[in-house]
Amino acid sequence: MEITLLIRILSSVLANSSPLVIAAMGETISERAGVINLSLDGSIMLSAMSGFAVAYLTGNVVLGFLAAMMVGALMALVIAFASITLHQDQVAVGFVLTLLGAELANFLGEPFVRRPGPRVPYMPIPLLRDIPVVGEIFFRQDILVYASIVLIVVVWFWIFKTQAGLRLRGVGERPEAAFARGVSVNRLRYLYTVVGGALVGIAGAAYSLSVKLGWSEGHTLGNGWIALAIVIFGGWHPFRVAFGAYLFGVLISLGGILQRSIPGVPTQVFQAAPFALMILVLLFVSGGALERLLSLFPPRMRRVVGDALRVAPPSALARPFVTE
Amino acid sequence: MTYSQRLVNLLLGLAPVALALMLSTLVLIAAGAPPLEAYKHLLQGASESPAKIADVLVVWVPLALCSAGLLFTFTAGLWNIGVEGQIIFGVIFATWVARNLYLPATLLIPLMIVGGMIGGALWGLLAGTLKVYGGVHEIFAGLGLNFIAITTNIWLIAKPWRPDLGATMQGTDPFPAAAWLPRLAGLRLSPVSLLLATMALVVVFFILRGTLWGLQLKAIGKNARSAYLLGIATNRHVLLSFALCGALAGVAGVVQVSGVWGRNIPQISGGIGYLSLLVAMLSGFRALGVAPVALFFAALGVGAARLHLRMQLDPSLAGVLGAGLVLSVLLVAGLRTRLLISREG
Repeated sequence: MEITLLIRILSSVLANSSPLVIAAMGETISERAGVINLSLDGSIMLSAMSGFAVAYLTGNVVLGFLAAMMVGALMALVIAFASITLHQDQVAVGFVLTLLGAELANFLGEPFVRRPGPRVPYMPIPLLRDIPVVGEIFFRQDILVYASIVLIVVVWFWIFKTQAGLRLRGVGERPEAAFARGVSVNRLRYLYTVVGGALVGIAGAAYSLSVKLGWSEGHTLGNGWIALAIVIFGGWHPFRVAFGAYLFGVLISLGGILQRSIPGVPTQVFQAAPFALMILVLLFVSGGALERLLSLFPPRMRRVVGDALRVAPPSALARPFVTE
Repeated sequence: MTYSQRLVNLLLGLAPVALALMLSTLVLIAAGAPPLEAYKHLLQGASESPAKIADVLVVWVPLALCSAGLLFTFTAGLWNIGVEGQIIFGVIFATWVARNLYLPATLLIPLMIVGGMIGGALWGLLAGTLKVYGGVHEIFAGLGLNFIAITTNIWLIAKPWRPDLGATMQGTDPFPAAAWLPRLAGLRLSPVSLLLATMALVVVFFILRGTLWGLQLKAIGKNARSAYLLGIATNRHVLLSFALCGALAGVAGVVQVSGVWGRNIPQISGGIGYLSLLVAMLSGFRALGVAPVALFFAALGVGAARLHLRMQLDPSLAGVLGAGLVLSVLLVAGLRTRLLISREG
């Protein structure tokens, strides 16, 4: 009894976290290249709406995802153009796009509010699904969940194990040095910002076509900000970022269980919890709080634990690169 | 300046407006609505009668108050996205005062304003403290606190402040008459709130322009490290700018509950906090610019209400136009410097 409940929870956490994982991977790639795509919340909203709208009108989920991808990529392209080519403040452009994306989604999405539409089909994998426990958690999902897990590994492999990944990191850490080695810094930044944006678009459609079906005003509100915070918590490392996203999912679903077992606590506590958690998580990884915690460890362990917990952004994050 | 240079400047000045209109026209076409008719309703909805113009001023007041406050934090180089939450904590404190102190209006209203300022300032200070002492970027601190403030207010309205009749989520009971700001006859506009917003703009203008503190804040915004090395107490200045911005946002909250609605409702802040960031950005971070820009945004908002009435279009078109305009301004400013560089080089 207990174990089946646990399996059910873990399997739903895995499913519900997949959009967050995909969006955070996209943002990790962009920020690794030195560009902050702050528009995540608006991008996810607009792509969730467009993905659902296209899938609803055509009856084809794949077309929905393609549309969402294009929307996400387009938003990222605006950020890339404004920051890389025009040297405008990434935060300013990103913030304005966040609002613009949300307003556009609300305006254009009105005809699709609360309509039943297509969804990503449930796709258990034959044979593997029958493995006890593991099969029940991992292999009775839809294709998005499988894709999100594969994506984590691919992004990690790309960033840390390939030549292209080395250049990607170079562009975000030491653009001058990368440039001197013949890397076209700004072109790569464009590329990875747009690729990251396309992933964010997929994440948006993953909400409206799988995790939180359909469209309504403010359908995905707040999730983009949480994804951005998770990238920081994850120290721009795909595995840690993914861990952060799943941890977040576990904590939220624990909250849901708590809510049912302790009826006295107001529901609003659980609605605000993700955002309180977001602040606490950032408080934990940044500066003061972490150092104080580390001083509690014995000196010999302090360095090992510190290295594992401390995070630093790519050195050239949000800094435009200008050739002389 | 030659004639052609002037022409180029004029075109560059008008380009953002044209770009934003292009975007919203495309959006209207995509939504299957006739654009010209929509713009006509937008204009008329904001200007056809004295009551509509008064409504525009009703929206202008909180926008101007919040944008004035944002000038402090923007001057210090901070992205105070938490205005929405600061408005709400102003509302919460003012609501408490209105419900619990049984005083005549002459005492109650000033106390509500002071209470609202304290509430907003505390919520702003919380974001500032997280930033200064916790190393949490103010964007995340402010945004998280916004969501927390909104849910706190919803809980207060649903539980302790629930109306006696029926437990709906419509809001609290109306405040006692003494807690209402006096209104102009037949209009929703209160002269007190107009006065408050105008005063705020004037005071912010002089503080940022004519005081040492304003100058030091500017130094921090330009380069926090050098300012610190020059002996400016950066942390204290940053915290104070958060508190001042929060206080003005709190006043905006008081105006909303006691001047516009006369009670506390869940959607009391209605996105004004986010909109005021756009206003401040578009004003070029100057108090003199805030007044007209806020008026423009207020007119958009009021005009858009009519789109829904007459054409069944979502009023978020106003937001599309507003955000589109700010985006276009950023893009055109970038293009302009790029053009200048390529011409010199």
